[in-house]
Amino acid sequence: MKEEIIIAGFGGQGVLSMGKILAYSGVMQGQEVTWMPSYGPEMRGGTANVTVVLSDNRISSPILHAFDTAIILNQQSMDKFEPLVKPGGLLLYDPNGITRHPERDDINIYKIEAAEEAAQLKSAKTFNMIVLGAFLKVKPVVEMENVLKGLKKSLPERHHHLIPMNEKAIQRGGEIVKEVTLVKA
Amino acid sequence: MAEITEDIKVAENIVHKKSSVLTDKVMHYCPGCSHGVVHKLLAEVIEEMGIQDKTIGVAPVGCSVFIYNYLAIDWQEAAHGRAPALGTAISRLRPDRYVVTYQGDGDLAAIGTAETIHACNRGENMVMIFINNGIYGMTGGQMAPTTLEGMKASTCPFGRDPKTDGNPLKITEIVAQLPGTNFVTRQAVHTAAAVRRTKKAIRKAFEKQKDKTGTSFVEVVSTCNSGWKMNPVDSNNWMEENMFPFYPLGDIKDV
Amino acid sequence: MKGNEAIAEAAIRCGADGYFGYPITPQSEVMEKLMELQPWNSTGMVVLQAESETASINMLYGGAGCGKRVMTSSSSPGISLMQEGLSYMAGAELPCLVVNVVRGGPGLGTIQPSQSDYFQSVKGGGHGDYKLIVLAPASVQEMADFVELGFDLAFKYRNPAMILSDGMIGQMMEKVELKPQQKRWTDEEVAQMHPWATTGKPESRDYNIITSVELDSEAHEKFNHRLQVKYRELEEKEVRFETTDVDDADYLIVAYGSSARISAAAIEILREKGIKVGLLRPITLYPFPTKEIQRLGAKMKGILSVEMSSGQMVEDVRLAVEGKVKVEHFGRYGGVVHSPDEVAEALEQKLIGG
Repeated sequence: MKEEIIIAGFGGQGVLSMGKILAYSGVMQGQEVTWMPSYGPEMRGGTANVTVVLSDNRISSPILHAFDTAIILNQQSMDKFEPLVKPGGLLLYDPNGITRHPERDDINIYKIEAAEEAAQLKSAKTFNMIVLGAFLKVKPVVEMENVLKGLKKSLPERHHHLIPMNEKAIQRGGEIVKEVTLVKA
Repeated sequence: MAEITEDIKVAENIVHKKSSVLTDKVMHYCPGCSHGVVHKLLAEVIEEMGIQDKTIGVAPVGCSVFIYNYLAIDWQEAAHGRAPALGTAISRLRPDRYVVTYQGDGDLAAIGTAETIHACNRGENMVMIFINNGIYGMTGGQMAPTTLEGMKASTCPFGRDPKTDGNPLKITEIVAQLPGTNFVTRQAVHTAAAVRRTKKAIRKAFEKQKDKTGTSFVEVVSTCNSGWKMNPVDSNNWMEENMFPFYPLGDIKDV
Repeated sequence: MKGNEAIAEAAIRCGADGYFGYPITPQSEVMEKLMELQPWNSTGMVVLQAESETASINMLYGGAGCGKRVMTSSSSPGISLMQEGLSYMAGAELPCLVVNVVRGGPGLGTIQPSQSDYFQSVKGGGHGDYKLIVLAPASVQEMADFVELGFDLAFKYRNPAMILSDGMIGQMMEKVELKPQQKRWTDEEVAQMHPWATTGKPESRDYNIITSVELDSEAHEKFNHRLQVKYRELEEKEVRFETTDVDDADYLIVAYGSSARISAAAIEILREKGIKVGLLRPITLYPFPTKEIQRLGAKMKGILSVEMSSGQMVEDVRLAVEGKVKVEHFGRYGGVVHSPDEVAEALEQKLIGG
């Protein structure tokens, strides 16, 4: 098994921490992992992305120009990464704020209304966990018990009381993710 | 004659002897230079306090670069201006030791200003000895940060003009403002009385280190008769008339 | 754990005595992690944020002069500022560890990864005839492992050692196995193991002087000879490298650090196409695996030196094969990281044609 994933969105959406939890989950499952962030001078705002590779074997390059999965959370990232999904790969996106929806017909496209759901749960911070739940539903690359272990590992102890809420968000994401069927013009 | 000389070499006749911390190496300093006197005082203080085995010195770049040839303590030779950085690490990694840095004005107040200010501001536990003769001696008499207004040097041959050359820097007064210093004083070694006062100041600076309460800073206003192009006596007179009004002697801070 | 954090954890665990540094992207996590872990409470390790990189490297001089295991970390512009101090430390034969998480230059440049400090690191970035021992980690695990290795080599040869990493390895997270906590040397052990150190002069020995100045040219030439003997010994005994897929290879990629990782993926792409390519990854950049490149190079149709620079290490690869094999360079630079596809394409174009 080898899964090469790009997660991309705005800074502050929890892109990096979502990747981190996924990476830690892989470690808990005994996989080889790399987590390679884009990093910039700004602490908030701007675009942020992270490449996560999960594999049963030693990982060569942590830098990639084609991905098995792209998780896309803003328009700039859609423009940049939609073309880089491997044929037959997965594109998962939140339609909130997206003005140009994905157009490729050689990949599998799913959408997750995570921003809206997080607003309904009155907990904006669960946004990235809803997205993660959606991804794991479509591609169960790590088992849920390892995801919970990874969550625990990547959260500082003082935030451990938030784990049940995050767990619920992951579950919710799995429930509401939808496959998108392109209607050919 | 020889026999008579040997006869009088008995303990009860000794009124003064060379410090055991001084080596037998002949000093390279010009006649009349203040470095030799300050070296001697430093050696005497280390001997009298019995801390030869507990003192680590940091030598500068400048005329006193070879101070390590003259005092028999462990020494590190620093890059130009960086003695306080070395001293910082030594005192932090060997808090059981006395650390003494020895620097001239170019070293301490020009190229090494940042290291001086920050070591003193952090209050690193060390004695800093600062020889201020208002000129670069080793490189041949160029302008120093402490060169007085109107004073001639090879890089201000018509006298220092603050409009173009900047102003003389009172680094010791700046250092005294910093919370990290526990003792800041300015002395000289041009008379016997001044030599005694300077020795007392160096001793006090070392005693202060026992409590680990910060940096102890001793400036010695000095002559450089070669650089100033005067004989030693004229240099001393010139120093009294010109240096002391701008760099007044005495304790600036003692907490 | 991030590469930069691995450096901090490994430093504490291998029993380092002091870290002196100044913040600069992309490596500030090293000091941040150390400050968070508060090793002064556990092992007694000193951690100090200095006023500049200049001060940091001179603090290393002071600490190393006392026989202590001291280190700093920085990124390219900060490392440039340290060159004076590194030359002095090489001249005073002082051991220390410097971590350079390289970013693109020249000047303030960019904060993105680069490998353009190769010349500065392996050719001696400061003044005078000296060398640094240079280790090039290609994974977060090696970031951790090379801290101890770097200290060991630095003390064995009484010479500064450098971990030459880059923003990619520094910022990347991977699995790491950390070694158990080792004890720091006691002051008594230091005095015994390193009789040259300034530890305070006891009755039993003459006083020690740590210095790099010698005004007598003849004596200074003799000292320089001694340094050169040391460097020849390093070249004889301490060369480290790793080879992959070289046995049946027609072409060889030479790459270190993150470029070696990217090149490994490029080799997978090329082999799928039936082009047999192997990888030689120098682990020590100084001493450089000259002999091995020469030996392997003799069997190859061509060599591609891949590095995130305009072509620095490629000069040493060319020197190694003495013109007997075609050697080309490929690399994106100025903060741009090449992809496996780009490396694969470059090899085909530059060595095979078309």
